[in-house]
Amino acid sequence: MTNGFELVTNAAGRVVPAEVNGRKQVAFPGVGKHQPQGSKAAPPIHSAGDYPANGDKRVPDLEIALRKCGLRDGMTISNHHHLRDGDAVALMALETAARMGIRDLMWFPSASFPAQAAVIELMEAGVVHHIEGSMNGPLGDYCSQGKMRGMGVLRSHGGRWQAIQDGEVHIDIAVIAAPTADAFGNATGSLGKSACGSLGFALADSMYADHVIVVTDNLVPFPCVPWQIQGNNVDYVVEVPSIGDPAKIVSGTTQITRSPDRLKIAEHVARFIRDVGIMRDGFSFQAGAGGIALAFVDYLRCMMKEAGVKARFVRGGSTRYLVELLREGLADYILDGQTFDLAGVESMARDPRHIATSPFTSYNYNGKGFFNQLVDVVVLGATEVDTHFNANVVTHSDGRLLHGIGGWQNCLFAGCTILAVPSFRDRIPVIVDEVTTLTGPGEMIDVVATERGIAINPLRQDLLDRVKGSPLPIRRIEDIQREVERICGGKPQRPRLGQNPVAVVKWVDGTVLDTVWQAVF
Amino acid sequence: MRLARRFSAGYAEEEGVSPVGTTETVATTTNLKTRFEAGRSGADIRSDLRVIFEPRHAGAIEIELQSRVAPYYGDSIRAQAQGVLAELGIDHARIAIQDEGALPFVIAARIEAAVRRAGLGQGLRALPQSVPLPPPSARDRLRRSRLYLPGSEPKYFINAGLHAPDAIILDLEDAVHPAEKDAARILVRNALRAVDFGAAERMVRINQLPLGYEDLEEVVPEAPDLVLIPKVEHAEQILAVEERVKEIAARCQIDRPIWPMAILESALGIENALAIAGASERMVAMSIGLEDYTADLGVVKTAEGRESIYARTRLVNAAHAAHIQASDSVYSDVGDLEGLGRWAESARALGFEGMGCVHPLQIPVIHQAFAPAQADIEKALKIVAAFEEAQQRGLGVVSLGSKMIDPPVVQRALKLVERARQMGLLRSGKTSTTESLDTT
Repeated sequence: MTNGFELVTNAAGRVVPAEVNGRKQVAFPGVGKHQPQGSKAAPPIHSAGDYPANGDKRVPDLEIALRKCGLRDGMTISNHHHLRDGDAVALMALETAARMGIRDLMWFPSASFPAQAAVIELMEAGVVHHIEGSMNGPLGDYCSQGKMRGMGVLRSHGGRWQAIQDGEVHIDIAVIAAPTADAFGNATGSLGKSACGSLGFALADSMYADHVIVVTDNLVPFPCVPWQIQGNNVDYVVEVPSIGDPAKIVSGTTQITRSPDRLKIAEHVARFIRDVGIMRDGFSFQAGAGGIALAFVDYLRCMMKEAGVKARFVRGGSTRYLVELLREGLADYILDGQTFDLAGVESMARDPRHIATSPFTSYNYNGKGFFNQLVDVVVLGATEVDTHFNANVVTHSDGRLLHGIGGWQNCLFAGCTILAVPSFRDRIPVIVDEVTTLTGPGEMIDVVATERGIAINPLRQDLLDRVKGSPLPIRRIEDIQREVERICGGKPQRPRLGQNPVAVVKWVDGTVLDTVWQAVF
Repeated sequence: MRLARRFSAGYAEEEGVSPVGTTETVATTTNLKTRFEAGRSGADIRSDLRVIFEPRHAGAIEIELQSRVAPYYGDSIRAQAQGVLAELGIDHARIAIQDEGALPFVIAARIEAAVRRAGLGQGLRALPQSVPLPPPSARDRLRRSRLYLPGSEPKYFINAGLHAPDAIILDLEDAVHPAEKDAARILVRNALRAVDFGAAERMVRINQLPLGYEDLEEVVPEAPDLVLIPKVEHAEQILAVEERVKEIAARCQIDRPIWPMAILESALGIENALAIAGASERMVAMSIGLEDYTADLGVVKTAEGRESIYARTRLVNAAHAAHIQASDSVYSDVGDLEGLGRWAESARALGFEGMGCVHPLQIPVIHQAFAPAQADIEKALKIVAAFEEAQQRGLGVVSLGSKMIDPPVVQRALKLVERARQMGLLRSGKTSTTESLDTT
């Protein structure tokens, strides 16, 4: 027992709390070792007789909606993050609860953004007890400093679905920001002045929450199609002047990095994918919206054209670069998880080959498979990776929360997982002896591509065989580490970490993979 | 005592008054400048640091450190600062460091610059750990691309070699503000010593003489492969630099070549191109600076470059007459890679063998433009094979099929095959000759 926390060591050798926010936990037993039991959670059965016969579920404002949903102290309120840093609805919900005198809420967003830093004041005031969801910026610092009353729980997008589905997290009230909705509660993200593309992250909330409120600034007559959120799951619809700042919801255009070092990494990744034979007719890949990922798509696109190769599908985070692939006939489908720029939003609204997906179809591990297992290659980032290919994506090297897991863990199940990372950032080596926070087990990570060379996990002898004779700069990960440590002037000091757990990192099956310790600032 | 004397001399120099040179003077001049700075810090600065150095006459070394990498390298930075100050003979001082993730060679350079600005550490150097020197540079090596790196921007040095230019230029001249020349030359010296530039030839562009002499004092001991001399108008400028390089190299026991290369940037320079090209036996290449040249002519520099055709062709001709390489100016619109490709191809057609670049993205475009066409390589290989066969059979005449091949054609083919080999464009087994091209 340390400060009231019982700690255990899991199969990855990480010390993790046995209990989190009053709930017993399963320590990570190894990849694929945890066998879930029982049945899925389910919301109470409702009757159409309890809802307006004409299907009009509108109420005048959010406070009335929350009151009608029976909001009280200690409940869990959820939001989605498709409006990203432009979202106004999450704060609207929590601040309304504050005005109603509600306390000790658990806030359960699919991710949080800097625009929601005001939640700190709500935590200070006792309205919000703690957050389970990604935290970065000011919220991340607040949690890292140990100021949050409960423990943070970081889950992947698939892990969030799993936690809701398995009943680990019970959502009392889901407040869903909807760029377009009808009075019955059908909602879509594809249309409206605040269009954001997919609403996939809100789907589980709409299915499993006890109560669901749709908040929209673009009410249309029934039917609102495509109904990404089905009104049959919705209790109330609230119309507001604005659900967020469109300029911050999607970027006008996403830009490829012009940093020559990052372009070099992207080029290494694309050439690797081509030269090991992953790039072949009918293949599939995933790339996000980061600078390196976008540049990689551009390189790969040229190589696909040159070789006359077409992808069956690409997995987004969609951007104009993926949309171009689709339009040029270099891919049959975009299977989109979230939409990053205007070109992506427009494409999803108009092109039937641009499909909105949910974390259920793409990522949920506690199901009968998920389609990210079918993706041939994914390109991801990381803050640190160790010489056993274990990687950290959630904390700075000094333990402070940096970003959420997102779909990162779920993507590790693809045919080939490539971390595209600079070999050092601001003198801080990225390849380390041991990662600060374990987010992905090394056995799931196949390749680390840096500007100084490409390291292949020795577990992937097949890949090592396939690059033989290639002009690619294939190196042992230890060699790259040694070179970078020479450049940086030796191994970095081990940052001091505190003794108190402030958050846990869940694996995709709900077991506890690692602990985030209180940071020493 | 030694410290006290230097101390006062430093103050005098800073404030522009004549040195008095007693400890009493120091005591009475505490209202004069006491803080000496070097380097840069701030939210938008990376891989650099700002050093504020305050010499004292008691109290040992006091270090104040702010660094974004403090949790990882805080101890290392403090220890390095102590070491550097000791090497520079500083026993008492306060030093404040605002570090933005600078590498050790940068930290050493900025501290040394601040100390020297205080008039201290004269004749002493705090040299960073060195990487092994690359092999000496060959006189006629490939010089298709030479990447300019501003001498006061360390962040550009670190990965420059990864982009595989034929050469990097650590630029002390136009890219460095006059007030930063002193600090830049220390930084460039440290970079020559501590940064691995891969297979790139390590060039330094010095300032015009006489300022260039100070650059040479600092950088020649670190054995750059080539010294770029700007704004050359007379052969004497080459000889003056060469003389000083030779003298320093001898003093530092450097027994590998440090080639001179001239940049012609004026009408007079162009008119004297032949004399400059032949100024020294060690000259390996000559280039043109079009910004200054067009300014000298009072004409507008255009993307097509018609206004400089005379200067460029004259330079090419002079270079070839003196058996050295002609290298073109830079193409400064980094966003226009297609325009760059067109420019480089026309430069090659005029007889240039390379050009400058201002961004790593330009390198592959330039290399492609200066590469011979595959058909030309095939043809040259056939001629070379015929030449070798004729040599073996003791024939004086080289013929290919029924056609007789003239000696200059053979020469050109040999040269092209050798270049193609250097560029890695020959499929293995096809190269059969690397022998001397001398046929007398």
